[in-house]
Amino acid sequence: MSAATEVLRRTALYDQHVALGARLVPFGGFEMPVQYAGIIKEHDAVRRHAGLFDLSHMAQFVLTGDGVAEWADSLTTNAVGSMKPYQARYNLFCNERGGTHDDVLFYRLENRWLLVCNASNAAKMWKHLNDRNHRSDVRLASRHGEAALIAVQGPRAVEIVAPLCDIGSSNAAELKYYFCAEGSVGGVRAVIARTGYTGEDGFELFIDGTDAAALWQKLLEVGRPYSIEPAGLGARDMLRLEAGMPLYGFELSEEISPPAGGQGWAVKLNKPAFVGKEALAAQLTTDDYARIAGFVLEGRVPARTGYPVFSGGEPIGEVRSASIAPSYGNRNVGTVLVPKAATAVGTPLEIEIRGTRHAAQVASLPFYKRAR
Amino acid sequence: MSQPEGLLFSKEHEWLKVDGDVGIVGITDYAQSSLGDIVYVELPRVGHEIVQGGSIGVVESVKAVSDLFTPISGEVLEVNHALETDPALLNRDAFGEGWLYKVRIKDLKEKNSLLGTADYDALIAEAAN
Repeated sequence: MSAATEVLRRTALYDQHVALGARLVPFGGFEMPVQYAGIIKEHDAVRRHAGLFDLSHMAQFVLTGDGVAEWADSLTTNAVGSMKPYQARYNLFCNERGGTHDDVLFYRLENRWLLVCNASNAAKMWKHLNDRNHRSDVRLASRHGEAALIAVQGPRAVEIVAPLCDIGSSNAAELKYYFCAEGSVGGVRAVIARTGYTGEDGFELFIDGTDAAALWQKLLEVGRPYSIEPAGLGARDMLRLEAGMPLYGFELSEEISPPAGGQGWAVKLNKPAFVGKEALAAQLTTDDYARIAGFVLEGRVPARTGYPVFSGGEPIGEVRSASIAPSYGNRNVGTVLVPKAATAVGTPLEIEIRGTRHAAQVASLPFYKRAR
Repeated sequence: MSQPEGLLFSKEHEWLKVDGDVGIVGITDYAQSSLGDIVYVELPRVGHEIVQGGSIGVVESVKAVSDLFTPISGEVLEVNHALETDPALLNRDAFGEGWLYKVRIKDLKEKNSLLGTADYDALIAEAAN
């Protein structure tokens, strides 16, 4: 089936997006809002107040059984078995060459694990997991498309979300970063996680698709005094790039390993065997591999994915991600895969834009870090 | 969406205001709204000869690069330098402060190939469906 004839799926919040005047685009097989009022306005709302995101396109897999931790540790670069109850942890699946198959989040719940994969990798990952599961003590279930995920991100997110939560004796405002709880939010059963992909504080709320529209409306209503704005994938991409977070297909891919994509911290070579470990160990030992660096352009002309990048007059690669960065002085920034020798901050680069080379330099990631 | 009176339009969503043999060119409100947040505008140089329908610059939004076409042939007389530091002028006031450039029109007959307000309204109504 070609992309043009692919039938796009809709999340449970599709009608909400249409009612809010969103511009919808195909993403990961779903018709998703790229923007509502405007990408920069939505970006600013998340940095200053709060933004509301529909992330129901992301793949939610539920893993159960006593063998999950051991099995998952054999497939991933970061540690799963050492996760505490209700902890969330970033992780990566690799191929045998050490390239990245997907970057994901694990959430350890009471008697199950929630694995959240990129929408664009959903089918690939579902196959990857099932092909490698020969254990009777590991069971996999996909909730992709039926479960919903709503994120509230921004400095006011806790004030908006926490009062709506019931997680037993404790207060959701006390949840630590990268921890989660089970309970309800706005009267709806939910896994409430202090995670996100914007560089801001906030929550990700895992709920049933049938509850999504009611919770979405509730969050907009309760968030109104806090200037909450619905925010689309355009703002999300801008926010995550400013925050130095990788996006699969750009900073990570089957050809770009976790260390090359700046995620070497999540490769634990002290773990027993896992897929890709030997290749990654060799790569980290020789330390001679192209890696993702941030760049900032001089001038106002924006860079775009795929534009050629030069160092010392020689072509060294292509722009991976790029955007104007409102939280970095409105400068044009991005990422590029460069040889190790060109990774030092301040290294001069040139980026070819419509036939003209424009001066740029390597900049340290992230471009934005919130005050804590 | 209704357009201001007294303008002519190209199918590529540029507007032209004619005053004697001088034309003022911009992009329409529909165009700026479709593009989203505009972050960069590349305009032709003053003195440059431009040809109707030719690609003479770009408008870049957060997400995309779009060619600018010229609705009429002639010599570029002046460009809107305010757009260099504030490209979002195009989003705020596409028919006014966000004008792009002025041109000495070479052949006024070229106006005949442009659309009037009603025809342009019909064009964008069709594009919306």
